[in-house]
Amino acid sequence: MTAFTINGQAVNVAAEPDTPLLWVIREHLKLTGTKFGCGIAQCGACTVHVDGEPMRSCQTFLEDVAGRKVTTIEGLSPDSSHPLQRAWIAEQVPQCGYCQSGQIMQAAALLAATPNPTREQIVDHMDGNICRCGTYVRIISAIQRAAREG
Amino acid sequence: MTPILQPQSRVLSRRSFLVTTGGLGIAVAFGSVPDLASGAAMAPAAEGDFRPNAWITIGVDGTVSIISPAVEMGQGITTTLPLLVAEELDADWSRVRVVQAPSDAETYGNPGFYGIQLTGGSESTRGYNALLRMTGAQTRLILLAGAAGMLNVPVSELETEPHRVLHPSSGRSLDYGEIAARAVLPDPLPQATEADLKQSHRWRYIGSRTIQRIDVPSKVNGTAVFGIDVQLPDMLYGAVLRAPVQDERPETIDDAEARDVPGITHIVPLSYGVGIVGETVEATRRAKDLLNVTWSTTSRVRNYSSQRLLDEYRAVGRDLGQQGVPAHTKGDAEAAIAGATTVIEADYMSDHVAHATMEPMNATALVTGDRVEIWAPTQGPTGTQGFAAEVVGTTPDKVKVNTTLLGGGFGRKAEADFIIDAVSLAKAVEGRPVKVIWSREDDVRHDKFRPLEAQHVKVGLDAEGNIVGWRHRIVADSIFARTLPPVFEEAGGHDDVVTEGAKFNYTVPAHQIEYLRQDNGLAIGFWFAVGVGYTRFAIECVVDEIAAARGIDPVALRLELLKDQPRARKVIETVARMAEWDRARDGRGLGVAYSDAFGSHCAQVAEVSLNRDTGAIRVHKVWCAIDPGVAIQPLHIEAMMMTGITNGTGHALFEQINVIDGEVQESNFDTYRVIRMSEAPEIEVAVVPTPGSPFGGIGQAGLPPTGPAIANAVARLTGGVRLRHYPFTPERVKAALDI
Repeated sequence: MTAFTINGQAVNVAAEPDTPLLWVIREHLKLTGTKFGCGIAQCGACTVHVDGEPMRSCQTFLEDVAGRKVTTIEGLSPDSSHPLQRAWIAEQVPQCGYCQSGQIMQAAALLAATPNPTREQIVDHMDGNICRCGTYVRIISAIQRAAREG
Repeated sequence: MTPILQPQSRVLSRRSFLVTTGGLGIAVAFGSVPDLASGAAMAPAAEGDFRPNAWITIGVDGTVSIISPAVEMGQGITTTLPLLVAEELDADWSRVRVVQAPSDAETYGNPGFYGIQLTGGSESTRGYNALLRMTGAQTRLILLAGAAGMLNVPVSELETEPHRVLHPSSGRSLDYGEIAARAVLPDPLPQATEADLKQSHRWRYIGSRTIQRIDVPSKVNGTAVFGIDVQLPDMLYGAVLRAPVQDERPETIDDAEARDVPGITHIVPLSYGVGIVGETVEATRRAKDLLNVTWSTTSRVRNYSSQRLLDEYRAVGRDLGQQGVPAHTKGDAEAAIAGATTVIEADYMSDHVAHATMEPMNATALVTGDRVEIWAPTQGPTGTQGFAAEVVGTTPDKVKVNTTLLGGGFGRKAEADFIIDAVSLAKAVEGRPVKVIWSREDDVRHDKFRPLEAQHVKVGLDAEGNIVGWRHRIVADSIFARTLPPVFEEAGGHDDVVTEGAKFNYTVPAHQIEYLRQDNGLAIGFWFAVGVGYTRFAIECVVDEIAAARGIDPVALRLELLKDQPRARKVIETVARMAEWDRARDGRGLGVAYSDAFGSHCAQVAEVSLNRDTGAIRVHKVWCAIDPGVAIQPLHIEAMMMTGITNGTGHALFEQINVIDGEVQESNFDTYRVIRMSEAPEIEVAVVPTPGSPFGGIGQAGLPPTGPAIANAVARLTGGVRLRHYPFTPERVKAALDI
């Protein structure tokens, strides 16, 4: 059993210590907002926060998060009111939407550290997150809006 | 003007009626409140021939439920189609709920797309709009008639505002919910005609920039349910080890180590691989890696090496003695070219590309006796029924398909291989649902790629530079020969989707398009814009080659070739203005391209620069003007253009699958390069509808012009260096620059 905190709740998970955190979150804890995209930390769809830092959960293992605090898209805000979530709706960012949990979690870490990022800082920070629908233009607009509107 | 089907309405029961046009019927029910949570069954079955799956239900609380017959894969269609009903019904959009259609082609098939229930081809709005709008108008008439009875006034004294019928002279009004609860349907029913459709100036929703997509809120907080997210009680997980080369079979299976992985419950030999079933997803993935399988070595796909074949395809294209199947013939192009003053001849090619939808292939199935239930992100729910029935040995009517949201489709999820996996494993463990999730590596290696293809274009100009004849030869394998053999055979060996887009709207006196099918065994499939994605690459680059040969401006040449086509000219003139086409940029080039594919006119200008040392192309900005006929959701049309342009840039610069001896060399995003944010151009879109025009397709319309606009920009930047082979890798760019 491995104990950690997810979205403010203490959990104990009975899985092998080397199980990717991604599958623990999705299939053991049934929090399916975090997505499987590549399994090798190349696309960012599985991004979650571990103690506030953005991590690729497909290459983070259960044993790595013992005693730590994990936040997923479901725990980003209690009522979908995080400035990024509001901006994502205002800018109508998602198309298929599959990568967007990871995009938002990655962007949330940026704004937490850099409340008013430049366009270059946004692109640099977000470049590891692939969107196959090509919503990059609106992702940038939404991050800028969230920074502006707070 | 869109041809409008003439509807016929008849009463089905005291509470429901059927609107039929052209053989397809839409049942509308009053007074029931469907269980939205289930997302499947609509109004309960009533007496008579009322089908249980009504499309539209007006509940006693006024909630209007509308089924979306098309699936949502990011193209916004589950907002678009119900919005058309709401517009004509004069419903309050905030009181409309959308429900995904169950698998039932007889009820929900696309009247404009062979009657099949498959979402693709940018056909949904084009195929369904007339039926949905007429049904909305018909339902509004019936609400008016019902209200007339309730208020005891002539129907001519009534009008509607969203969700209410008004009687202005007395000030009385009724909510649609009140009418649905209490009205008695008049018999005979009033019959709507085309004259009952709203004039465009009265549209409340069509063209509005404030309508948001219904699926977006669920996609920012993790609640959207894609196929991969399905969770069922007692569910098992499945993984499949597939043969490294298509059509090989397992010969010996050593599963000793795989079986020892805790949680593994079944090892399932399949004709095309080995399935693993277990209690956790991680166990199945681990066990799959521990299988030791030897494979047959008899597949002819082992002879498939893409770069060698592409050289062969190019040679076939150039060898004009080899006859192709005629795809389009106007006049005698060859004779006209023989008499031409100038002949321009060029080969264009593209490598295979993969779909790599962000949601990898997956499906969940439960087999119980001869019954199958499937939960899947599929573009073709009714095709899925057939394939699943075959696996289990049952009939399609015993297969229920629950279509989830799709995490990208692009044509890949019109295939059934991932469904067959889930049903095969569920059959082996009967009674428990099995969710199969492909690895990204399998998703790439076992994709159905866009065809490898070579095109030969030969154009003749007279002494004044006028085009006298245009020949276009397309050399590729067939998609329809595999997916729709009867269609392929009926067309005499022509593949309409592989040559899609070769027929254009430029005015030329003689035009000949030929298809030279190559049959080398590798399964190829429908990729974003399918044939148009490469045929317009060749055409739009050749138009620029003609402009260069004549020494005239490429925008001016296109306007000359489209002089009788105001919509085409409008998008080209608009995009030229947006991009400031005539303003020279230091170190950067502009290129233009245009497409009329999918019933929409789209012109784009790309601004590029080139690193002559590395051969790397940078696309800085793309301007786009799109005339979709009617712009139902302009904000969303902009988004779809961004998708087309971003992926259009990515496939032109990066995307490349190499097959060597039947084995796909790329496997994940580290080797299969798709476009990232830092490589994506800035994009500016103008949506310029033409009132009174037919509804055009939008899903794929943005992709075809981007690649040729980039190639044309590079040519103008470099004094005529042509890039004729997708993708424009640095090596190919350097070779073209001769450095």
